[in-house]
Amino acid sequence: MQLELDKSTESVKYKSEVKDLSFFYGGFNALKKIDMVLHDKKITALIGPSGCGKSTFLRCFNRMHDLYPGNRYDGQIILYPDNVNILASSVDPIEVRMRISMVFQKPNPFPKSIYENVAYGLRVRGIKQRAILDEKVEIALRNSALWDEVKDRLHDLAFNLSGGQQQRLCIARALATDPEILLFDEPTSALDPIATASIEELITDLKNKVTILIVTHNMQQAARVSDYTAYMYLGELIEFNVTDTIFIKPKNKQTEDYITGRFG
Amino acid sequence: MRSVNNLEEIRRIISLHKRWDLIFLIVGVVALMIAILIFMALFLHMLIEGMPRLSLDFFTSFPSRRPESAGILSAWVGTTLVMLVTAFAAVPLGIGSGVYLEEYAPKNLLTEIIEINVTNLAGVPSIIYGLLALGLFVYQLGFGQSILAAGLALALLILPVVIVATREAIRSIPVTIREGAYALGATKWQTVSDHLLPYSSAGILTGIIIGLARAIGETAPIITIGALTFIAFLPPSPIKSEFPYLSFEWLTAPFTVMPIQMFNWVSRPEEAFQLNAAAAGLVLVAMTLAMNGLAIYLRYRMRKNIKW
Repeated sequence: MQLELDKSTESVKYKSEVKDLSFFYGGFNALKKIDMVLHDKKITALIGPSGCGKSTFLRCFNRMHDLYPGNRYDGQIILYPDNVNILASSVDPIEVRMRISMVFQKPNPFPKSIYENVAYGLRVRGIKQRAILDEKVEIALRNSALWDEVKDRLHDLAFNLSGGQQQRLCIARALATDPEILLFDEPTSALDPIATASIEELITDLKNKVTILIVTHNMQQAARVSDYTAYMYLGELIEFNVTDTIFIKPKNKQTEDYITGRFG
Repeated sequence: MRSVNNLEEIRRIISLHKRWDLIFLIVGVVALMIAILIFMALFLHMLIEGMPRLSLDFFTSFPSRRPESAGILSAWVGTTLVMLVTAFAAVPLGIGSGVYLEEYAPKNLLTEIIEINVTNLAGVPSIIYGLLALGLFVYQLGFGQSILAAGLALALLILPVVIVATREAIRSIPVTIREGAYALGATKWQTVSDHLLPYSSAGILTGIIIGLARAIGETAPIITIGALTFIAFLPPSPIKSEFPYLSFEWLTAPFTVMPIQMFNWVSRPEEAFQLNAAAAGLVLVAMTLAMNGLAIYLRYRMRKNIKW
Protein backbone atom coordinates (compact mmCIF):
# COMPACT_ATOMS: atom_id res chain seq x y z
CA MET A 1 0.00 0.00 0.00
CA GLN A 2 1.05 3.61 -0.45
CA LEU A 3 2.10 5.72 2.47
CA GLU A 4 -0.38 8.47 3.05
CA LEU A 5 1.35 10.69 5.53
CA ASP A 6 0.61 14.29 6.33
CA LYS A 7 2.89 16.72 4.53
CA SER A 8 3.92 18.14 7.91
CA THR A 9 5.59 14.88 8.99
CA GLU A 10 7.77 14.51 5.93
CA SER A 11 10.53 16.63 7.37
CA VAL A 12 10.75 14.27 10.34
CA LYS A 13 13.76 11.94 10.40
CA TYR A 14 13.13 8.26 9.79
CA LYS A 15 14.82 5.73 12.05
CA SER A 16 13.78 2.80 9.93
CA GLU A 17 11.97 2.10 6.73
CA VAL A 18 10.13 -1.11 5.91
CA LYS A 19 10.01 -1.90 2.21
CA ASP A 20 7.82 -4.56 0.67
CA LEU A 21 8.21 -6.86 3.68
CA SER A 22 6.68 -10.32 3.49
CA PHE A 23 7.21 -13.09 6.00
CA PHE A 24 6.57 -16.84 5.82
CA TYR A 25 6.23 -19.45 8.57
CA GLY A 26 7.08 -22.40 6.33
CA GLY A 27 4.35 -22.22 3.69
CA PHE A 28 2.16 -19.78 5.60
CA ASN A 29 2.33 -16.20 4.41
CA ALA A 30 2.03 -14.26 7.69
CA LEU A 31 2.99 -10.77 6.47
CA LYS A 32 2.07 -9.46 3.05
CA LYS A 33 4.11 -6.76 1.36
CA ILE A 34 4.26 -4.24 4.19
CA ASP A 35 5.60 -0.72 3.63
CA MET A 36 6.00 1.49 6.66
CA VAL A 37 8.39 3.84 8.44
CA LEU A 38 9.50 4.35 12.02
CA HIS A 39 10.00 7.99 12.91
CA ASP A 40 13.10 8.77 14.92
CA LYS A 41 12.44 9.14 18.68
CA LYS A 42 8.72 8.65 18.24
CA ILE A 43 6.36 5.94 19.38
CA THR A 44 4.68 3.85 16.71
CA ALA A 45 1.87 1.51 17.72
CA LEU A 46 0.78 -1.64 15.90
CA ILE A 47 -2.88 -2.49 16.42
CA GLY A 48 -5.21 -5.07 14.97
CA PRO A 49 -7.19 -8.18 15.92
CA SER A 50 -5.47 -11.33 17.25
CA GLY A 51 -3.58 -13.21 14.56
CA CYS A 52 -3.25 -10.17 12.28
CA GLY A 53 0.55 -10.50 12.29
CA LYS A 54 1.48 -7.52 14.47
CA SER A 55 3.74 -9.56 16.79
CA THR A 56 5.21 -11.38 13.80
CA PHE A 57 5.99 -7.98 12.28
CA LEU A 58 7.57 -6.71 15.50
CA ARG A 59 9.76 -9.80 15.78
CA CYS A 60 11.16 -9.18 12.28
CA PHE A 61 12.91 -6.10 13.68
CA ASN A 62 15.24 -8.12 15.92
CA ARG A 63 15.38 -11.19 13.67
CA MET A 64 13.73 -13.29 16.39
CA HIS A 65 12.34 -15.55 13.67
CA ASP A 66 15.87 -16.71 12.86
CA LEU A 67 15.79 -18.80 16.06
CA TYR A 68 13.35 -21.25 14.51
CA PRO A 69 13.73 -23.30 11.33
CA GLY A 70 11.54 -22.83 8.27
CA ASN A 71 10.99 -19.06 8.60
CA ARG A 72 11.68 -16.78 5.64
CA TYR A 73 11.77 -13.01 5.14
CA ASP A 74 11.21 -11.21 1.88
CA GLY A 75 11.77 -7.50 1.38
CA GLN A 76 13.75 -5.06 3.50
CA ILE A 77 13.89 -3.31 6.83
CA ILE A 78 16.34 -0.44 6.41
CA LEU A 79 17.94 0.97 9.52
CA TYR A 80 19.10 4.60 9.45
CA PRO A 81 21.43 6.46 9.59
CA ASP A 82 23.73 3.74 8.24
CA ASN A 83 21.24 2.56 5.64
CA VAL A 84 21.65 -1.16 6.28
CA ASN A 85 19.01 -3.78 5.49
CA ILE A 86 18.80 -5.73 8.76
CA LEU A 87 17.01 -8.62 7.05
CA ALA A 88 19.87 -9.25 4.65
CA SER A 89 21.41 -12.68 5.12
CA SER A 90 24.83 -11.04 5.26
CA VAL A 91 23.81 -9.23 8.46
CA ASP A 92 24.33 -11.25 11.63
CA PRO A 93 21.06 -11.43 13.63
CA ILE A 94 23.11 -11.08 16.82
CA GLU A 95 24.37 -7.71 15.61
CA VAL A 96 20.77 -6.66 14.91
CA ARG A 97 19.70 -7.71 18.41
CA MET A 98 22.53 -5.69 19.91
CA ARG A 99 21.16 -2.58 18.21
CA ILE A 100 17.45 -3.25 18.71
CA SER A 101 16.15 -4.38 22.11
CA MET A 102 12.89 -6.07 22.93
CA VAL A 103 10.48 -6.21 25.87
CA PHE A 104 8.20 -9.24 25.91
CA GLN A 105 4.53 -9.80 26.61
CA LYS A 106 5.06 -11.55 29.93
CA PRO A 107 7.77 -10.21 32.24
CA ASN A 108 10.67 -12.65 31.71
CA PRO A 109 13.42 -11.75 34.17
CA PHE A 110 16.22 -14.31 34.45
CA PRO A 111 16.35 -16.23 37.73
CA LYS A 112 19.27 -14.06 38.79
CA SER A 113 19.62 -10.93 40.89
CA ILE A 114 18.09 -7.59 39.86
CA TYR A 115 21.59 -6.28 39.16
CA GLU A 116 22.62 -9.26 37.03
CA ASN A 117 19.43 -9.03 35.01
CA VAL A 118 20.14 -5.45 34.00
CA ALA A 119 23.85 -6.09 33.53
CA TYR A 120 23.41 -9.16 31.31
CA GLY A 121 23.18 -7.28 28.02
CA LEU A 122 26.38 -5.44 28.95
CA ARG A 123 28.16 -8.65 29.92
CA VAL A 124 27.19 -10.15 26.55
CA ARG A 125 28.99 -7.19 25.00
CA GLY A 126 32.10 -8.10 26.96
CA ILE A 127 31.94 -5.30 29.53
CA LYS A 128 33.59 -6.53 32.73
CA GLN A 129 34.68 -3.42 34.62
CA ARG A 130 32.63 -3.15 37.79
CA ALA A 131 32.47 0.66 37.71
CA ILE A 132 31.02 0.80 34.21
CA LEU A 133 28.52 -1.96 34.98
CA ASP A 134 27.44 -0.22 38.20
CA GLU A 135 26.94 3.07 36.42
CA LYS A 136 25.05 1.63 33.46
CA VAL A 137 22.82 -0.49 35.69
CA GLU A 138 21.93 2.54 37.79
CA ILE A 139 21.16 4.69 34.74
CA ALA A 140 18.99 1.96 33.20
CA LEU A 141 17.10 1.45 36.46
CA ARG A 142 16.59 5.19 36.86
CA ASN A 143 15.35 5.45 33.28
CA SER A 144 12.86 2.68 33.91
CA ALA A 145 11.64 4.35 37.13
CA LEU A 146 12.68 1.39 39.24
CA TRP A 147 15.83 2.69 40.94
CA ASP A 148 14.20 4.09 44.06
CA GLU A 149 12.31 0.87 44.66
CA VAL A 150 15.25 -1.50 44.28
CA LYS A 151 18.42 0.46 45.05
CA ASP A 152 18.74 -1.17 48.48
CA ARG A 153 18.26 -4.70 47.20
CA LEU A 154 20.04 -4.87 43.88
CA HIS A 155 21.31 -8.35 44.72
CA ASP A 156 17.92 -9.80 45.60
CA LEU A 157 16.36 -12.24 43.17
CA ALA A 158 14.37 -10.58 40.41
CA PHE A 159 11.51 -13.04 41.04
CA ASN A 160 10.79 -11.34 44.36
CA LEU A 161 9.58 -8.21 42.54
CA SER A 162 5.91 -7.65 41.68
CA GLY A 163 4.69 -8.23 38.12
CA GLY A 164 4.82 -4.55 37.22
CA GLN A 165 8.28 -4.14 38.75
CA GLN A 166 9.47 -7.21 36.85
CA GLN A 167 8.28 -5.68 33.59
CA ARG A 168 10.05 -2.40 34.39
CA LEU A 169 13.14 -4.49 35.18
CA CYS A 170 12.86 -6.06 31.73
CA ILE A 171 12.63 -2.55 30.25
CA ALA A 172 15.74 -1.56 32.21
CA ARG A 173 17.48 -4.68 30.91
CA ALA A 174 16.59 -3.70 27.36
CA LEU A 175 17.63 -0.06 27.94
CA ALA A 176 20.98 -0.78 29.58
CA THR A 177 22.65 -1.39 26.23
CA ASP A 178 21.50 1.93 24.71
CA PRO A 179 19.43 0.41 21.90
CA GLU A 180 18.51 2.39 18.79
CA ILE A 181 15.00 0.96 18.70
CA LEU A 182 13.02 -0.52 21.58
CA LEU A 183 10.39 -3.12 20.67
CA PHE A 184 7.45 -3.77 23.00
CA ASP A 185 5.28 -6.85 22.43
CA GLU A 186 2.02 -6.18 24.33
CA PRO A 187 4.05 -5.22 27.41
CA THR A 188 1.07 -4.68 29.72
CA SER A 189 -1.22 -7.56 28.79
CA ALA A 190 -0.13 -9.58 31.85
CA LEU A 191 -0.37 -6.64 34.28
CA ASP A 192 -3.06 -5.04 36.44
CA PRO A 193 -4.37 -1.52 35.61
CA ILE A 194 -2.11 0.31 38.07
CA ALA A 195 1.05 -1.41 36.83
CA THR A 196 -0.17 -0.81 33.27
CA ALA A 197 -0.48 2.92 33.94
CA SER A 198 3.07 3.11 35.27
CA ILE A 199 4.46 1.21 32.27
CA GLU A 200 2.58 3.48 29.86
CA GLU A 201 3.93 6.54 31.62
CA LEU A 202 7.41 5.09 31.39
CA ILE A 203 7.05 4.37 27.67
CA THR A 204 5.92 7.94 27.04
CA ASP A 205 8.92 9.25 28.98
CA LEU A 206 11.30 7.06 27.00
CA LYS A 207 10.48 8.46 23.60
CA ASN A 208 12.93 11.33 23.98
CA LYS A 209 15.70 8.77 24.25
CA VAL A 210 14.80 5.99 21.85
CA THR A 211 12.61 5.08 18.89
CA ILE A 212 9.79 2.83 20.06
CA LEU A 213 7.63 0.27 18.26
CA ILE A 214 4.85 -1.16 20.40
CA VAL A 215 2.34 -3.92 19.71
CA THR A 216 -0.88 -3.60 21.64
CA HIS A 217 -4.38 -4.96 21.36
CA ASN A 218 -5.60 -2.25 23.67
CA MET A 219 -6.71 0.60 21.42
CA GLN A 220 -6.93 3.11 24.26
CA GLN A 221 -3.32 2.33 25.01
CA ALA A 222 -2.32 2.99 21.40
CA ALA A 223 -4.26 6.26 21.47
CA ARG A 224 -2.68 7.30 24.79
CA VAL A 225 0.96 6.57 24.16
CA SER A 226 1.72 6.59 20.44
CA ASP A 227 2.54 9.27 17.89
CA TYR A 228 1.88 7.02 14.90
CA THR A 229 -0.41 4.05 14.56
CA ALA A 230 -0.52 1.21 12.08
CA TYR A 231 -3.63 -0.91 11.72
CA MET A 232 -3.00 -4.46 10.51
CA TYR A 233 -5.41 -7.13 9.42
CA LEU A 234 -4.66 -10.66 8.17
CA GLY A 235 -0.99 -9.92 7.58
CA GLU A 236 -1.59 -6.71 5.68
CA LEU A 237 -0.97 -3.15 6.73
CA ILE A 238 -4.38 -1.54 6.18
CA GLU A 239 -3.65 1.97 7.34
CA PHE A 240 -0.70 3.86 8.78
CA ASN A 241 -0.86 7.46 9.92
CA VAL A 242 -0.51 9.92 12.76
CA THR A 243 -2.33 8.44 15.74
CA ASP A 244 -4.87 11.26 16.01
CA THR A 245 -5.86 10.86 12.38
CA ILE A 246 -6.24 7.09 12.71
CA PHE A 247 -8.47 7.46 15.72
CA ILE A 248 -10.46 10.56 14.71
CA LYS A 249 -10.93 10.25 10.98
CA PRO A 250 -9.50 7.04 9.57
CA LYS A 251 -9.47 6.93 5.79
CA ASN A 252 -10.17 3.24 5.54
CA LYS A 253 -13.56 1.70 6.35
CA GLN A 254 -11.96 -1.42 7.90
CA THR A 255 -9.86 0.71 10.24
CA GLU A 256 -12.90 2.68 11.27
CA ASP A 257 -14.89 -0.50 11.99
CA TYR A 258 -12.08 -1.85 14.17
CA ILE A 259 -11.47 1.44 16.01
CA THR A 260 -15.12 1.91 16.78
CA GLY A 261 -15.37 -1.63 18.08
CA ARG A 262 -17.62 -2.98 15.36
CA PHE A 263 -15.32 -5.98 15.10
CA GLY A 264 -12.05 -7.31 16.48
CA MET B 1 -44.26 -34.93 42.30
CA ARG B 2 -42.47 -35.93 39.14
CA SER B 3 -39.33 -34.02 40.02
CA VAL B 4 -39.03 -35.85 43.38
CA ASN B 5 -39.24 -39.16 41.57
CA ASN B 6 -36.56 -37.95 39.23
CA LEU B 7 -34.32 -36.96 42.09
CA GLU B 8 -34.60 -40.41 43.67
CA GLU B 9 -33.80 -41.97 40.34
CA ILE B 10 -30.74 -39.74 39.98
CA ARG B 11 -29.53 -40.65 43.45
CA ARG B 12 -29.95 -44.34 42.71
CA ILE B 13 -27.88 -44.01 39.54
CA ILE B 14 -25.20 -41.99 41.33
CA SER B 15 -24.85 -44.57 44.09
CA LEU B 16 -24.67 -47.31 41.49
CA HIS B 17 -21.91 -45.51 39.67
CA LYS B 18 -20.10 -44.68 42.89
CA ARG B 19 -19.88 -48.38 43.69
CA TRP B 20 -17.26 -48.59 40.94
CA ASP B 21 -15.26 -45.88 42.67
CA LEU B 22 -15.21 -48.03 45.79
CA ILE B 23 -14.30 -51.19 43.90
CA PHE B 24 -11.42 -49.49 42.16
CA LEU B 25 -10.26 -47.94 45.41
CA ILE B 26 -10.02 -51.41 46.97
CA VAL B 27 -8.24 -52.90 43.94
CA GLY B 28 -5.80 -49.98 43.87
CA VAL B 29 -4.96 -50.17 47.57
CA VAL B 30 -4.46 -53.96 47.37
CA ALA B 31 -2.19 -53.62 44.33
CA LEU B 32 -0.13 -50.95 46.05
CA MET B 33 0.09 -52.97 49.27
CA ILE B 34 1.32 -56.07 47.40
CA ALA B 35 4.16 -54.03 45.91
CA ILE B 36 5.07 -52.27 49.14
CA LEU B 37 4.69 -55.29 51.43
CA ILE B 38 6.84 -57.54 49.25
CA PHE B 39 9.59 -54.93 49.21
CA MET B 40 9.28 -54.37 52.94
CA ALA B 41 9.40 -58.13 53.61
CA LEU B 42 12.53 -58.52 51.51
CA PHE B 43 14.17 -55.52 53.08
CA LEU B 44 13.28 -56.57 56.63
CA HIS B 45 14.53 -60.09 56.02
CA MET B 46 17.80 -58.66 54.77
CA LEU B 47 17.94 -56.24 57.68
CA ILE B 48 17.42 -58.96 60.29
CA GLU B 49 19.93 -61.31 58.67
CA GLY B 50 22.56 -58.76 57.78
CA MET B 51 22.39 -56.25 60.62
CA PRO B 52 24.41 -58.30 63.14
CA ARG B 53 27.26 -58.62 60.59
CA LEU B 54 27.53 -54.87 60.08
CA SER B 55 30.51 -53.59 62.01
CA LEU B 56 33.58 -51.52 61.31
CA ASP B 57 35.53 -54.72 60.65
CA PHE B 58 33.08 -55.68 57.91
CA PHE B 59 34.01 -52.50 56.02
CA THR B 60 37.77 -52.77 56.61
CA SER B 61 38.32 -56.47 55.89
CA PHE B 62 39.07 -58.24 52.65
CA PRO B 63 36.99 -61.27 51.63
CA SER B 64 38.08 -64.46 53.36
CA ARG B 65 37.44 -68.21 53.39
CA ARG B 66 36.20 -67.81 56.95
CA PRO B 67 32.83 -66.07 56.75
CA GLU B 68 33.07 -64.40 60.16
CA SER B 69 36.26 -62.52 59.23
CA ALA B 70 35.26 -61.72 55.61
CA GLY B 71 34.49 -58.13 54.71
CA ILE B 72 33.65 -55.82 51.81
CA LEU B 73 36.71 -53.56 51.74
CA SER B 74 37.75 -54.44 48.19
CA ALA B 75 34.12 -54.35 47.04
CA TRP B 76 33.19 -50.89 48.30
CA VAL B 77 36.51 -49.39 47.24
CA GLY B 78 36.04 -51.00 43.81
CA THR B 79 32.46 -49.75 43.52
CA THR B 80 33.51 -46.23 44.51
CA LEU B 81 36.35 -46.11 41.96
CA VAL B 82 34.21 -47.59 39.17
CA MET B 83 31.48 -45.03 39.90
CA LEU B 84 34.09 -42.28 39.77
CA VAL B 85 35.16 -43.36 36.27
CA THR B 86 31.52 -43.73 35.22
CA ALA B 87 30.62 -40.24 36.41
CA PHE B 88 33.68 -38.63 34.82
CA ALA B 89 32.89 -40.26 31.49
CA ALA B 90 29.08 -40.09 31.41
CA VAL B 91 28.57 -36.56 32.74
CA PRO B 92 30.42 -34.52 30.09
CA LEU B 93 29.39 -36.84 27.25
CA GLY B 94 25.75 -36.91 28.38
CA ILE B 95 25.39 -33.19 29.02
CA GLY B 96 27.24 -32.36 25.80
CA SER B 97 25.01 -34.62 23.72
CA GLY B 98 21.86 -33.36 25.42
CA VAL B 99 22.72 -29.70 24.89
CA TYR B 100 23.68 -30.37 21.28
CA LEU B 101 20.45 -32.19 20.49
CA GLU B 102 18.30 -29.58 22.22
CA GLU B 103 19.98 -26.36 21.16
CA TYR B 104 22.35 -26.87 18.23
CA ALA B 105 21.22 -29.84 16.13
CA PRO B 106 19.44 -28.92 12.90
CA LYS B 107 15.88 -30.23 12.90
CA ASN B 108 16.07 -32.86 10.17
CA LEU B 109 15.50 -36.56 9.62
CA LEU B 110 18.96 -37.57 10.80
CA THR B 111 18.54 -35.71 14.09
CA GLU B 112 15.16 -37.31 14.56
CA ILE B 113 16.58 -40.81 14.01
CA ILE B 114 19.34 -40.08 16.53
CA GLU B 115 16.83 -38.74 19.06
CA ILE B 116 14.61 -41.82 18.81
CA ASN B 117 17.61 -44.11 19.17
CA VAL B 118 18.99 -42.30 22.20
CA THR B 119 15.71 -42.94 23.97
CA ASN B 120 15.72 -46.57 22.84
CA LEU B 121 19.29 -47.08 24.07
CA ALA B 122 18.01 -46.78 27.63
CA GLY B 123 16.06 -49.99 27.06
CA VAL B 124 18.95 -52.12 25.74
CA PRO B 125 19.70 -54.99 28.18
CA SER B 126 22.76 -54.19 30.26
CA ILE B 127 24.57 -57.41 29.31
CA ILE B 128 24.71 -56.15 25.73
CA TYR B 129 26.68 -53.16 26.97
CA GLY B 130 28.89 -55.63 28.82
CA LEU B 131 29.62 -57.51 25.58
CA LEU B 132 30.31 -54.27 23.75
CA ALA B 133 32.69 -53.16 26.49
CA LEU B 134 34.42 -56.56 26.48
CA GLY B 135 35.09 -56.31 22.76
CA LEU B 136 35.88 -52.61 22.61
CA PHE B 137 37.48 -51.57 25.88
CA VAL B 138 38.98 -54.82 27.19
CA TYR B 139 40.41 -56.22 23.94
CA GLN B 140 40.37 -53.62 21.17
CA LEU B 141 41.62 -50.68 23.21
CA GLY B 142 43.60 -52.92 25.53
CA PHE B 143 42.28 -51.59 28.84
CA GLY B 144 42.14 -55.15 30.19
CA GLN B 145 39.79 -56.37 32.91
CA SER B 146 40.21 -53.11 34.74
CA ILE B 147 38.39 -50.44 36.69
CA LEU B 148 38.66 -48.21 33.61
CA ALA B 149 36.91 -50.74 31.36
CA ALA B 150 34.15 -51.34 33.93
CA GLY B 151 33.60 -47.64 34.55
CA LEU B 152 33.35 -46.90 30.84
CA ALA B 153 30.94 -49.82 30.32
CA LEU B 154 28.63 -48.47 33.02
CA ALA B 155 29.03 -44.97 31.57
CA LEU B 156 27.70 -46.26 28.24
CA LEU B 157 24.83 -47.82 30.12
CA ILE B 158 23.73 -44.63 31.86
CA LEU B 159 24.58 -42.24 29.03
CA PRO B 160 21.01 -42.30 27.63
CA VAL B 161 19.67 -41.51 31.11
CA VAL B 162 21.92 -38.45 31.40
CA ILE B 163 21.15 -37.31 27.84
CA VAL B 164 17.40 -37.60 28.32
CA ALA B 165 17.54 -35.87 31.72
CA THR B 166 19.58 -33.01 30.24
CA ARG B 167 17.15 -32.54 27.37
CA GLU B 168 14.09 -32.67 29.62
CA ALA B 169 15.63 -30.18 32.03
CA ILE B 170 16.53 -27.74 29.25
CA ARG B 171 13.13 -28.13 27.66
CA SER B 172 11.39 -27.24 30.92
CA ILE B 173 12.90 -23.74 30.76
CA PRO B 174 10.22 -21.41 29.38
CA VAL B 175 10.75 -20.30 25.80
CA THR B 176 10.45 -16.64 26.92
CA ILE B 177 13.62 -17.00 29.02
CA ARG B 178 15.57 -18.35 26.05
CA GLU B 179 14.21 -15.63 23.79
CA GLY B 180 14.99 -13.04 26.47
CA ALA B 181 18.65 -14.06 26.36
CA TYR B 182 18.81 -14.14 22.56
CA ALA B 183 17.02 -10.78 22.34
CA LEU B 184 19.85 -9.17 24.30
CA GLY B 185 22.30 -10.30 21.64
CA ALA B 186 23.57 -13.47 23.30
CA THR B 187 25.08 -16.17 21.11
CA LYS B 188 23.98 -19.78 21.40
CA TRP B 189 26.89 -20.61 23.65
CA GLN B 190 26.26 -17.58 25.88
CA THR B 191 22.62 -18.60 26.16
CA VAL B 192 23.59 -22.19 26.99
CA SER B 193 26.33 -21.40 29.50
CA ASP B 194 24.79 -18.34 31.18
CA HIS B 195 21.17 -19.48 31.25
CA LEU B 196 20.15 -22.92 30.03
CA LEU B 197 22.74 -24.95 31.94
CA PRO B 198 22.52 -23.03 35.24
CA TYR B 199 18.71 -23.11 35.24
CA SER B 200 18.53 -26.78 34.35
CA SER B 201 21.34 -27.93 36.63
CA ALA B 202 18.94 -29.34 39.24
CA GLY B 203 17.26 -31.56 36.67
CA ILE B 204 20.54 -32.61 35.10
CA LEU B 205 22.09 -33.42 38.47
CA THR B 206 19.05 -35.48 39.41
CA GLY B 207 19.39 -37.41 36.16
CA ILE B 208 23.08 -38.05 36.78
CA ILE B 209 22.47 -39.35 40.29
CA ILE B 210 19.54 -41.54 39.20
CA GLY B 211 21.80 -42.93 36.47
CA LEU B 212 24.63 -43.62 38.91
CA ALA B 213 22.18 -45.23 41.33
CA ARG B 214 21.22 -47.57 38.50
CA ALA B 215 24.84 -48.27 37.60
CA ILE B 216 25.91 -49.05 41.16
CA GLY B 217 23.71 -52.14 41.29
CA GLU B 218 24.55 -53.45 37.82
CA THR B 219 26.15 -56.88 37.80
CA ALA B 220 25.79 -58.33 34.30
CA PRO B 221 28.12 -55.99 32.36
CA ILE B 222 30.74 -56.15 35.12
CA ILE B 223 30.74 -59.95 35.08
CA THR B 224 31.03 -59.89 31.29
CA ILE B 225 34.08 -57.70 31.49
CA GLY B 226 35.59 -60.07 34.00
CA ALA B 227 35.60 -58.57 37.46
CA LEU B 228 37.24 -60.85 39.99
CA THR B 229 34.99 -62.52 42.51
CA PHE B 230 37.64 -62.91 45.15
CA ILE B 231 40.19 -60.18 45.60
CA ALA B 232 42.32 -59.57 48.66
CA PHE B 233 44.17 -56.40 47.75
CA LEU B 234 43.29 -52.80 46.93
CA PRO B 235 44.05 -50.92 43.72
CA PRO B 236 47.09 -48.61 43.93
CA SER B 237 46.31 -45.39 45.74
CA PRO B 238 45.49 -42.41 43.51
CA ILE B 239 47.50 -40.12 45.79
CA LYS B 240 51.28 -40.52 46.04
CA SER B 241 53.71 -39.04 48.50
CA GLU B 242 56.20 -37.95 45.82
CA PHE B 243 55.79 -35.81 42.69
CA PRO B 244 53.43 -35.61 40.77
CA TYR B 245 51.36 -36.78 43.77
CA LEU B 246 48.52 -38.07 41.57
CA SER B 247 48.63 -41.53 40.06
CA PHE B 248 46.29 -43.16 37.61
CA GLU B 249 47.64 -46.70 38.05
CA TRP B 250 44.40 -47.66 39.80
CA LEU B 251 42.54 -47.30 36.52
CA THR B 252 44.16 -50.43 35.14
CA ALA B 253 43.94 -52.48 38.34
CA PRO B 254 41.77 -55.59 38.65
CA PHE B 255 38.79 -55.08 40.93
CA THR B 256 35.49 -56.29 42.29
CA VAL B 257 32.29 -54.42 43.08
CA MET B 258 29.52 -54.75 45.67
CA PRO B 259 26.96 -56.72 43.64
CA ILE B 260 29.62 -59.20 42.53
CA GLN B 261 30.82 -59.67 46.08
CA MET B 262 27.20 -60.35 47.06
CA PHE B 263 26.73 -62.76 44.16
CA ASN B 264 29.87 -64.61 45.20
CA TRP B 265 28.71 -65.00 48.80
CA VAL B 266 25.18 -66.03 47.85
CA SER B 267 26.57 -68.85 45.70
CA ARG B 268 28.53 -70.31 48.64
CA PRO B 269 27.01 -73.35 50.37
CA GLU B 270 27.83 -72.19 53.94
CA GLU B 271 24.95 -70.51 55.77
CA ALA B 272 27.27 -67.90 57.31
CA PHE B 273 28.17 -66.47 53.91
CA GLN B 274 24.45 -65.85 53.27
CA LEU B 275 24.50 -63.49 56.25
CA ASN B 276 27.48 -61.68 54.73
CA ALA B 277 25.56 -61.34 51.46
CA ALA B 278 22.59 -59.86 53.32
CA ALA B 279 24.85 -57.38 55.10
CA ALA B 280 26.51 -56.36 51.82
CA GLY B 281 23.03 -56.02 50.30
CA LEU B 282 22.05 -53.66 53.12
CA VAL B 283 25.08 -51.50 52.39
CA LEU B 284 24.24 -51.48 48.67
CA VAL B 285 20.60 -50.53 49.29
CA ALA B 286 21.73 -47.81 51.71
CA MET B 287 24.12 -46.43 49.06
CA THR B 288 21.34 -46.37 46.45
CA LEU B 289 18.82 -44.79 48.81
CA ALA B 290 21.39 -42.20 49.90
CA MET B 291 22.03 -41.25 46.26
CA ASN B 292 18.32 -40.96 45.52
CA GLY B 293 17.86 -38.93 48.69
CA LEU B 294 20.66 -36.63 47.61
CA ALA B 295 18.99 -36.19 44.22
CA ILE B 296 15.70 -35.20 45.85
CA TYR B 297 17.43 -32.80 48.23
CA LEU B 298 19.47 -31.15 45.48
CA ARG B 299 16.44 -30.77 43.27
CA TYR B 300 14.56 -29.12 46.13
CA ARG B 301 17.46 -26.83 47.05
CA MET B 302 18.26 -25.67 43.54
CA ARG B 303 14.68 -25.19 42.43
CA LYS B 304 13.85 -22.97 45.38
CA ASN B 305 15.08 -19.86 43.56
CA ILE B 306 13.44 -20.70 40.24
CA LYS B 307 9.72 -20.26 39.76
CA TRP B 308 8.05 -21.04 36.48
